[in-house]
Amino acid sequence: MDKVKAPILIKKGAEANLYLTEWHGRKVVIKKRLAKKYRPSRLDNQIRTYRTTHEAQIMHEAKNAGVPTPTIFLVDMKKTTIIMEFIDGKQIKQLFSNISVDKRKKICFKIGELVGRLHEYGIIHGDLTTSNMILNSEGKIFFVDFGLCEKTKELEAKGVDLHLMKRALQSTHFDFADECFKAIIDGYTEVVGSDTAKNVLDKISEIKKRGRYVAERKEGN
Amino acid sequence: MMKKSYCLGIESTADDFSVGISNFDGKILANVISAYIPEKGGIHPREAARHHAEVADKVLEEAFKKAKIKLKEISIIAFSQGPGLGPCLRTGATVARALAAYLNVPLVGVNHCVAHIEIGKLTTGAADPLTLYVSGGNTIVSAFDSGRYRVFGETLDIALGNCLDVFAREAGLSQRAGLPFGAMVEKIAGKGKKLIPLPYTVKGMDVSLSGLLTATVNLLKQSTYSLEDLCYSLQETAFSMVTEITERALTHTEKKEVLLTGGVAANKRLQSMIKYIAEEHDANFCVAPTQFSIDNGAMIAWTGILAYRHGVTTPVEKSFVRLKWRLEEVAIPWIK
Ligand SMILES: Nc1ncnc2c1ncn2[C@@H]1O[C@H](COP(=O)(O)OP(=O)(O)O)[C@@H](O)[C@H]1O
Ligand SMILES: [Mg+2]
Repeated sequence: MDKVKAPILIKKGAEANLYLTEWHGRKVVIKKRLAKKYRPSRLDNQIRTYRTTHEAQIMHEAKNAGVPTPTIFLVDMKKTTIIMEFIDGKQIKQLFSNISVDKRKKICFKIGELVGRLHEYGIIHGDLTTSNMILNSEGKIFFVDFGLCEKTKELEAKGVDLHLMKRALQSTHFDFADECFKAIIDGYTEVVGSDTAKNVLDKISEIKKRGRYVAERKEGN
Repeated sequence: MMKKSYCLGIESTADDFSVGISNFDGKILANVISAYIPEKGGIHPREAARHHAEVADKVLEEAFKKAKIKLKEISIIAFSQGPGLGPCLRTGATVARALAAYLNVPLVGVNHCVAHIEIGKLTTGAADPLTLYVSGGNTIVSAFDSGRYRVFGETLDIALGNCLDVFAREAGLSQRAGLPFGAMVEKIAGKGKKLIPLPYTVKGMDVSLSGLLTATVNLLKQSTYSLEDLCYSLQETAFSMVTEITERALTHTEKKEVLLTGGVAANKRLQSMIKYIAEEHDANFCVAPTQFSIDNGAMIAWTGILAYRHGVTTPVEKSFVRLKWRLEEVAIPWIK
């Protein structure tokens, strides 16, 4: 990590600190996953190392799926740090409440298309929230935060991914969660086709029933 | 002079039957809990319900004795209306309806999860916390926003307490009064040293615990590791997962208090993990006292008062139990 200017902390997340700095003449973001002292250090190291490599790798693959992501410049496994392109824009979360219903629907439709592309390609994002999506000045939506992603084409995983998106909308954008989710599904359907979309929607309702108060499991399996 | 009023709360969502009595200022006068301990296997809803019906009279009597008040002094009957096991909930609701009819006082159906949060706030002094509620039936990370307790994280499959209980049972441990499975696992885990690699599954702000449970039970059956190491690894892995989602929700909501409640809140190791992340984010750490963090009638009585004061009562024809009543479905008019 040579030639790094004094970095500015832009976000202290739950998992990582993000710094903005200049690196070889470009604006970059340094994402550093910090040690979590509440958990055993061996477990913690494993988790951080895995998520760092995984994130960098899949952010790259997502581009092939047609989903804009920051370009990765450097991965430092030992320091569980990634240096990536800085996306100059706004978190979807921040602009959602200050725009028209129509604009919001359009953005959601686009988000749905992007999720559809990831899923078709076999990438499950794992943390689909409006804070992990950035709209840049050209109107392009970038996905970030791939640390929890998975590579699979299983229906179950797709269902969970969208179920989490819905839940995130409900807890954070409760006033328009339903309209947003509907537009997301419309965009998603456009990409994956109505058959797959229907299967995924059925899966979502099944998943919804599971985590609720369920009678205790009696056996170990 | 104003007549003194009290609310009697009945809790019966799962394996405990409990009666609590609270006054309008939140003074808890009684909180009597009778636990149903199955001889073998897990909770059988119908057998638990039979236990509840059998002990109801005795528990009520004891509550009045503790509170030193008369039946006639009760002005509200509250009961846990859900979520929970059907037969257990119905037993409590029946007792509540009978009492309300006999005394000719209003009935208030209370959401069990809301009650856990409210009694936690009352007993710790927390005002607007991010709550981690972990019990045999629930694993929820929640905080108040715009009229509701929003659910930020939860389990995608089984509850944390259930995960520990099933493992303990598979390991041949047996529960005793005053020493629940969770406490046994904690004690045995204290002697474990080796961290065995187990599935760690965090998805967004949710966790999935069933894969972890299955993997740990399989290792138990292979007898390659000691029970101490298995308990230790199960606890460390499961607790790290719920702590991680709690921290995620904490940075997301930016609350300044973290409340730990539910039956598993008694676990010292979990307490230390949650305390750690609270401090990391300059939030106050609060843990509800054990008798108010396990399922208890006092929390139902107190929440009944909060609801009643804001005009919420439940007509008998709407007092049917709600097995899957979600926390965020409940309007909370008492918080501005
Ligand atoms: N490459 C980037 N360019 C600009 N902003 C970014 C970039 N990556 C992340 N961010 C911003 O930083 C926030 C946190 O980053 P993220 O990768 O989501 O970490 P965390 O795991 O802490 O959520 C994101 O919500 C986003 O707003
Ligand atoms: Mg993020």
